[in-house]
Amino acid sequence: MKINIDGTDYDAQPGQTVLDVARANGIYIPTLCYHARTGRAGRCRACVVEAEGIRGLKAACVLEVQHAMVIRTDTPAVMNTRRTVVELLLAGGKHNCLACESNGDCELQDMAYKLGIEKPKFLMETTDLQPDLSAEGIVRDLDKCILCGRCVASCNNNVMHEVLDFGWRGDDVRIVCDNNKPMGDSSCVQCGECVQVCPVGALTFKTSKGKARNWEVEKKRVICPYCGVGCVMEIAVRDNEYLWATAVEENCDNLPNKGMLCVKGRFGLDYLNRPDRLTTPMIRKNGKLEEATWDEALEFAAARLQQVKQEHGPGAVGCFSSAKTTNEENFAMMRFARAVIGTNNVDHCARLCHSSTVAGLATTLGSGAMTNSMQEAQKSDVILVTGSNTTWCHPVFGGMIKHAVKQHGVRLIVVDPRKTDLAKIAHLHLRQRNGSDVAWLMGVQRIIINEGWHNQAYIDERCEGWGEYRASLEFFTPEKVEELSGISKDDLHSIAKLYATGGVGALYFSMGITQHTHGTDNVKACANLAMITGNLGVEGGGVNPLRGQSNVQGACDMGALPNVFSGYQKVTDETIRNKFAEHWGIDADQMHTEIGHTVTTMIEACGDDIKALYVMGENPMMSDANLNHVEKQLKKLDLLIVQDIFLTETAQMADVVLPAAAFAEKTGTYTNTERRVQVGRAALTPPKGTRQDYEIIADIAARLGHETFPRTPAALFDEIKRLTPSYHGMTYERLEPNGLRWPCPTEDHPGTPILHVDKFVRGKGLLTPLQYKPSAEEPDSEYPMCLSTGRMLEHFHSGSMTRRCTVLDGIAPRGEVEVNPADAERIDVRTGDKVRVETRRGTIDTHATVTDTVSQGLLYIPFHFVEAAANRLTNDALDPVSKIPEYKICAARISKAE
Amino acid sequence: MNPQTAEPETAQFARLAEFIDGLGLGHEPDERQAALIEVLHEAQEIFGYLPEDVQEFVAEKLRLPLGRVFGVISFYHYFTAEPRGKHQINCCLGTACFVRGAEKIIEQFEDTLGIKMGEVTPDKNFSLGTLRCVGACSLAPVVIVDGKTYGRVTPEQAAEIIAEYN
Ligand code: SF4
Ligand code: SF4
Ligand code: SF4
Ligand code: FES
Ligand code: FES
Repeated sequence: MKINIDGTDYDAQPGQTVLDVARANGIYIPTLCYHARTGRAGRCRACVVEAEGIRGLKAACVLEVQHAMVIRTDTPAVMNTRRTVVELLLAGGKHNCLACESNGDCELQDMAYKLGIEKPKFLMETTDLQPDLSAEGIVRDLDKCILCGRCVASCNNNVMHEVLDFGWRGDDVRIVCDNNKPMGDSSCVQCGECVQVCPVGALTFKTSKGKARNWEVEKKRVICPYCGVGCVMEIAVRDNEYLWATAVEENCDNLPNKGMLCVKGRFGLDYLNRPDRLTTPMIRKNGKLEEATWDEALEFAAARLQQVKQEHGPGAVGCFSSAKTTNEENFAMMRFARAVIGTNNVDHCARLCHSSTVAGLATTLGSGAMTNSMQEAQKSDVILVTGSNTTWCHPVFGGMIKHAVKQHGVRLIVVDPRKTDLAKIAHLHLRQRNGSDVAWLMGVQRIIINEGWHNQAYIDERCEGWGEYRASLEFFTPEKVEELSGISKDDLHSIAKLYATGGVGALYFSMGITQHTHGTDNVKACANLAMITGNLGVEGGGVNPLRGQSNVQGACDMGALPNVFSGYQKVTDETIRNKFAEHWGIDADQMHTEIGHTVTTMIEACGDDIKALYVMGENPMMSDANLNHVEKQLKKLDLLIVQDIFLTETAQMADVVLPAAAFAEKTGTYTNTERRVQVGRAALTPPKGTRQDYEIIADIAARLGHETFPRTPAALFDEIKRLTPSYHGMTYERLEPNGLRWPCPTEDHPGTPILHVDKFVRGKGLLTPLQYKPSAEEPDSEYPMCLSTGRMLEHFHSGSMTRRCTVLDGIAPRGEVEVNPADAERIDVRTGDKVRVETRRGTIDTHATVTDTVSQGLLYIPFHFVEAAANRLTNDALDPVSKIPEYKICAARISKAE
Repeated sequence: MNPQTAEPETAQFARLAEFIDGLGLGHEPDERQAALIEVLHEAQEIFGYLPEDVQEFVAEKLRLPLGRVFGVISFYHYFTAEPRGKHQINCCLGTACFVRGAEKIIEQFEDTLGIKMGEVTPDKNFSLGTLRCVGACSLAPVVIVDGKTYGRVTPEQAAEIIAEYN
């Protein structure tokens, strides 16, 4: 249909508003309560227009188009109303633009300016509420609030934190946090969404106060360096200094984060500006790290690597790549290990988080990545989340699951020992005993099959291994599973029924499933469940491992793994080796033909098989299990090279330290949890004295005789593209707007949101018979508690970045252990009290948080805090297949500390 | 013990929980939201007022955001987050009553009872509040005690009205 605005005809679709049509055609209609991401509100009347044949002025943001409508946006009546709206709002609040943080970025100010309003015509009594400064990162100045309601809508409907609402009524209406608490005492998680949508200066970032006016900064697009969601954001930069972050809103429906961020993305980048960034290389002399020139440091690193290689062979060198660096850099490290050193001892910290996923899913389905995409969450009928505290670890996606459940009627099952935020809104939440995942997963499958809820046609056509698999289920009777997992027979039945008969089911899991000595079995049990219900290869279904770091999917894709080159091409395959050798111009005979060491077995072999480690952007001295042992092992090395942005716990032990550039200072690609490859362009110049990771690798390679080693992101991406079939069709230009999901085999291929559609990558899906295996260390009389470890919302991994961020460390300044109230009473501690936690491997002192988030007998410790490092306690027993340590269960005891 | 003034007790929470469970609500947010007012009525009936922990209990039980619960409580004058006295004295502050000297009446009640607006007397017999126009403007200024309306009130009458309930 057509409508006419100010004398010109425009195309319009039914259901569109007049505002939609105007915006699409660049016609100015101001809005204060309407925002593209919070939708229609019809509250402020800033957007009024005249419509021929309709009496009175109408709000364009709610006025739906009708064929042949004639609209005027600039009549005297319209202008007068606009003026009155603005004058009343200006008069009703304390709008002192001069001192306002939003000066220059305020939609009310813009309107006043455009209308030529110099000072308010009315004199009114204004509120006098005083700014609320209680929150770490956000200032609420309700005297400037124009009650547009955008913040309420976005907090409740976008990020789904449900903190804000309208309180009171009439003239007294005010925005409240929870039941009128100061923001800092409320359930607000400081995601900053409300600040981003607030049209005025009522909500502002505390951290940007006085730093710069909006017009003084440049906005640059970057990819968040934290979790695997891969949020696309814009950072404000002035004089090469990072100032604040906002989510990219333009075209955001096609971005992974749909315009949202979590507290880490929002307030987690000021580490970039820290004075303790490493800016000078260091070499250990007489036991101490001393400053050196780049030439000296590179020469030292190269010469010593050469020496180890000569004395002990290439297999004595190990390389740790990094899930926080780009694909290009991971590829470079992979090439360095294989072509320059001649070893397959290259790995990265995916070993510690999802190696069991990669092992388990590659064997059963043929690909170790998320089968479906995040935006499908609302298309599922049922979502099963297990072993993932999604709202803490993948917060933006956690919000999307909440959205699917609360606003799209998706049913949610959570199976988790902890009462997570998602558990609180789930239709079913069951707490399995830690380590009993194979039991409950197989038990549920046995019920599904016995009830006939499985999809036999799908199994017959698309899967294999049915007979043996079916036989192995016999062990998992409801009685047996109830005994092993603590989930009652009835509850197992409910899970089975809801997941198998509730429509398309998606399964999301994370480290609660993977970090076990039987992690690979756990993952295979998940794959079995999805296969027998026909939930793979369909929209809204899938088996979806949520990846924890910005580029952990990419680091795996790039072959920073001991068994594969990029694109999961096997190192044991001669044709593949020849292909890479030829491309790299090296002799294929010099390549290592066997599978190399993993991160965990390299540590184990320090001093024996392994004499030198080259560590890029990893911090095993915080992240690996059983740190006391790791420390002992690293000390046995002849050479430890650490390349990082801070002097991490691992760097402190190094023989040579190489200062690197951080994510926002480099160009390269990152692959998020849903296999979406996105480009991050350098937004800042790296601090003087640092170098790009890819340059450092190339510099060492050159000193080892590989002068032509590629040393730019473009050259490296070109190699990736040529040598990696699933990345063949990608170019930076194609990746730039929204990224592409692999496989993307040709330059006209649109990417692949859903894997295994008509057939499994592997051919037939493999149903795996499984047995129940107990965990390596279960609670006993000496250590009666069960200890599990993981993340918290505000911090990330070993804490080297987030603990250097003012707001994040302000919200969560110290380590803690979650203790159930009954256990707390027994040892007489309250929240905040000092406690000692001990295991057979170590002891830490930390603070108790008494909460029923954990059940009786369970302790939970986040691993980000060096002063109370959880990994001094954890068990380094490994899954025999994937070599992942058992972070999620060990035996511990807790006592009150002085 | 007088349920109107006591600290919330476990037994009272149990009663409220039973009431909410008895509603047999499904999982849908809309359905739970629709029950909110009814639940708050019952809660105020049980506790006499709606202190923070009762608000939190209702929010959690109904799986509704605390902000929404508070929004409803603060929207309706009927609900109160403060403890109330046995008798509730409300003075209208609507335009008509205001013009006819409601403020003086309020002052008089405050002085006579020795408390401020929104407070409860130490013997917990009276609490004092204000209302917006109650639709009896012809009788302005208006005072309402436990639902009984007093019209054309003069400051002198304050003591008399109080005496009726002492
Ligand atoms: S910061 Fe996030 S959680 Fe807090 S009130 Fe704003 S939108 Fe809600
Ligand atoms: S705080 Fe900002 S976004 Fe929220 S209602 Fe007020 S003006 Fe609107
Ligand atoms: S940490 Fe994850 S969810 Fe948070 S902003 Fe970064 S990518 Fe997004
Ligand atoms: S923008 Fe249309 S009424 Fe506020
Ligand atoms: S103003 Fe008091 S009753 Fe109308």
